Formats: sequence, structure tokens, C-alpha cells
Amino acid sequence: MTENNLCHSYNQRVEDLIVYENRIINDFYYVLKLFSPQGLPEINPGNFVNVLVEESSSTFLRRPISIYQVDIASNTLDLLIQIVGAGTKKLSEKKKGDIVNLIYPLGQAYNFNSEVKSALLIGGGVGIAPLLFLAKVLKDNAINVETLFGGRSQKNIIEVEKFQKYGKVHISTEDGSLGEKGFLTLNSVISEIKRFDKIYVCGPDPMMKSVARIAKSNAIECEVSLENLMACGIGACLCCIEDTTTGNRCACTDGPVFNINELKWN
Amino acid sequence: MNLEVKIGDLSFKNPVATASGTFGYGSEFEPYIDIDRLGGIFVKGTTLYHREGNPYPRMAETPSGMLNAVGLQNKGVDIFCTKIYENIKKYNTNIIVNVSGSAIDDYIKTAERINELEHIPAIELNISCPNVKEGGMAFGTSCSSAETITRAVREVYNKTLIVKLSPNVTDIAEIAKAVEASGADSVSLINTFLAMAINAETRRPKLSTITGGLSGPAVKPIALRMVWQVSQAVKIPIFGMGGIMNAADAIEFMLAGSTAVQIGTANFIDPTVSIKVIEGIEDYMQRNKITDVNDLIGAMIVD
Repeated sequence: MTENNLCHSYNQRVEDLIVYENRIINDFYYVLKLFSPQGLPEINPGNFVNVLVEESSSTFLRRPISIYQVDIASNTLDLLIQIVGAGTKKLSEKKKGDIVNLIYPLGQAYNFNSEVKSALLIGGGVGIAPLLFLAKVLKDNAINVETLFGGRSQKNIIEVEKFQKYGKVHISTEDGSLGEKGFLTLNSVISEIKRFDKIYVCGPDPMMKSVARIAKSNAIECEVSLENLMACGIGACLCCIEDTTTGNRCACTDGPVFNINELKWN
Repeated sequence: MNLEVKIGDLSFKNPVATASGTFGYGSEFEPYIDIDRLGGIFVKGTTLYHREGNPYPRMAETPSGMLNAVGLQNKGVDIFCTKIYENIKKYNTNIIVNVSGSAIDDYIKTAERINELEHIPAIELNISCPNVKEGGMAFGTSCSSAETITRAVREVYNKTLIVKLSPNVTDIAEIAKAVEASGADSVSLINTFLAMAINAETRRPKLSTITGGLSGPAVKPIALRMVWQVSQAVKIPIFGMGGIMNAADAIEFMLAGSTAVQIGTANFIDPTVSIKVIEGIEDYMQRNKITDVNDLIGAMIVD
């Protein structure tokens, strides 16, 4: 390494992790628990990993996946994954002892400070993935946490009990099979939105945009985690750009977490 | 074991460089590799003025490859010279700037500015970008325009001049000959193939620009054929590229007639791949008792 390189201490790495457990939730979702032989680097809520998918002919690029849980004591991290295509399907076949190659930890984390007393975490579908670790860290910092889940149907609402450990969970399903019927933006907790001084969101774009409008009109701080298509995940290809108030920025390195005031969503 | 190769007067410590647009300015890869081990880095396409590039979505995954339509997003040559250059000139490798534009005058002015930078020993003239409305590939798809622009830049640029060729032509060897006759020290090939992808479910194009550039292993056999054809037609050294994923791919390009290679899309899958390619070439040479990497150039055996 050159002298200049020694000035930096980089957190990011490419590493082969070992599958400790593949927990199947249902036909759509599973959780990979991965052990880091090197020992986990510092990871913050909202960071993501870029996963190499091997032996899948239609999958060429890595798959960016949110970090669901981190356990420093056992050197494991969890990835909550939804099967959407060939890549996530292939990864779902991983068994205990298999290797998964990651580039991680990537991206900017969710932010909080001493001003934040009460936070609402909003997740649509698999968008709950980065919120569990966030809920834990917020709770550890004595911030009151409530969560709002939304999904098409009961089978899209998962891991509720994990979030209940940190605070009240509100649920909306489009078909009314669980919780309140309708989009999560119509949930009764939204009518009490002023109880919260920070909103954290992850999910499909239309949902995040609706929540951003509600947050703005109520003057509540709001951060969203974008799911823009990525190639490299490290700020080299400039493919995952988001149009922001300061021009095109990479969702992978400047995000995926953005304050809604930085985005041109109006 | 000698890994050093020469492109014109410029020497490269090994024949492995990283391709423009796939390696940022090098600093993005510092957490993963020692940049100084590379033969060279071709930094992001630089234009006279700041460009925001094309709207999202700019990328689509395709079988064994990807499409991009980034559209030369960059801060412009002023910011490059005053800010970015200051951060990267420390690298102990050949830093080569990919120069692009929408008019001949843009290329000339940009090349003039880069010519003043002490630690930039070469430029790569990009007359092959398929993702800009004006200029770009238009300059590289006819012999006369390729000749005109190469001559014009040659007049103002006195270091190593590499011209990057487009594969979107009927006869790439003819373009290479025109560029050679106009004073280029080297040609690099290939840039991406003009291509497109559609989402059948939504009936919409996968790129905001509808068409984009195809790269990755999907294009490798065509790239290899083009490098071989160009090597038969010109005397100047060639930078070969197109879907190189490992050392064997890189060696194939050298056997086809490349003096050196560029690793592009593979950097997105594995940020350490360029170093692995260097080590793989060393290993190949050891196994085959080759002491000079130059002995691989054009060494394909045809029985």
C-alpha cells in the first residue's frame, strides 16, 4: 500500500461469508444469516451489501440487499430477501456452510440525533428489511419506536413479532386480510402523525412518495431509502443516480438513504 | 519475468488497465485494491463542460452483460483539472483521461487543457460513445470524421494519443487505419455495442434513452474478432477490451494482437478483478515458461 492509502481506514471490503442459517419465512421471503470469518466491520442501519449470485445464467450483476440484523457478538449479519427473480431465487437455495460473497458495508445510513424522541418506521413489503436494525439502534438510544407495515395481503406482512420487541406495530393490507384495509398511507396511525418527530421509510417508490408528501405537509423530518437499480454499488458506474437538489447523485454512495428535502419528488 | 509493455513512448508496468466509465477516478476502488499495482487507469469520460448525463433508468441487466446509457455524466474539464486531478495525481500508475465532446472544438479545447497536466501521460479520444445525442460515436463511424478529429487533436496534444474505436461500424479495420494515418499512437477497442432492452410486461424500454451500450462477456467474441482484424491492419499498438472477466480472457486478447488490455464491466462485479487478472497473467507465464509478456502479443497459433 502507498503512504496515501495508509491515511484512510476503509470499512468496505469484498469477503466470502459463510451461511449459518437459511430461514424460510414463506414462499416469498427468507432470511440468510451469514458469518464473517474476518469479523464484521462497523455497520449502521440503512447500510447494504452487494451480493454475488453464482451459477445463475440470467444473473450477471450483484444484487444489492439491505442489512436486516447485525450481531457483533457472533459476527453474523442477517439479510431478509424477497424472491423476485432468478438471482434472489438462486440465493434462496443456499444451505448452512455455503459461501456467499459480499461487497459491504455500503451506502449512507439512516440518521438520528438527540432531537428525535419518537420515530415512526414505515415499511412496504420487503422494504421492512433495513428497519429492524434501525428500530434496535433507536431503542438503544432511548428513542420511542413505532412501526407501520403495509403489503398487498397477509402473506406480505412478515416478522411482525421481531418489530414488536421495540414498540407498537401498525398494519395495513390492501385486501384487508390483516390489520386495516387499504394502503398504509390510510392507516389510522397516519392521522396521529404529529405524535412523531421523525419518519423513516423504505418500500416501493409510489408509497415512499406518498409518505414524503404527508411528512412534508406536517413538517416532520423524513428519510427514505431508495431502491434504484444498481450495477457496481460503489459509485463507479453512475447508473443508480437520483435527481436531487444538487444534481444527479448515486443512490449507492450518496444514498440509499436520503432526506426527502434533498429529493425532487414534488 | 517482464510484464512491461509500451504504447508508443509510454511504458506500462503491466498490460492491465481499467476501462473508462467503469473505474470512476480510481479512488472509488481504494478500499479494495492497491491502485498503484495497475498498468494504468482510464478515468471517466471528460468533456469541456459539466454534463448531468441521461435520466434514470440508465442501466439494464442482460444475459451475460449489461446495457448502460449514462451519457458521459462528468464535472467538466475545469473541475477535473483543478480538483479531481489534485486528488489522483498521487497514483503511481499511468492515469489516462478519456476525452469526449459534441463538436471538434470541444475535443480540441479539452485535450489542450489535459496536455498541461504533468501526471497525465496520455489521453484516450472517445469517438465511440453511443449514449450522447451529438458527437460521440458520430465521429467514430466514418473514416473521414475519425481522421479529421484525430488530426485536429494531434495538433494540440503532444503526449500519447490513444483513439477509442466504436464497434458499430461495417469495417473497424478501415477506421483504425484512418486513425493511424492521422497520427494516433494507439487504438483502443471496443466501446459498447448500440443495443436495447424492453420489459414485455410493461411494454416499455428498460432505458430512458431507449437505446444504450452493451458490454460484458456477451460481447467478448465479437470484440476479440475485431481486435484480431485491427491488428492485421495497423502497426500501432492496440488496447483490447470487451467482456474481459479474468486472466484467460485478457491473454486471449493479447494473443489476438493487443499489446495491453482494459478491464471494464468486470470491475462492477468484482472490484478486485484487475489485480486478479495481473496475477493470473503472471501465473500463466510461469506455467508456460514465458519470460516476457510481449511474447504473447499476436501469438495466436494458426495451424
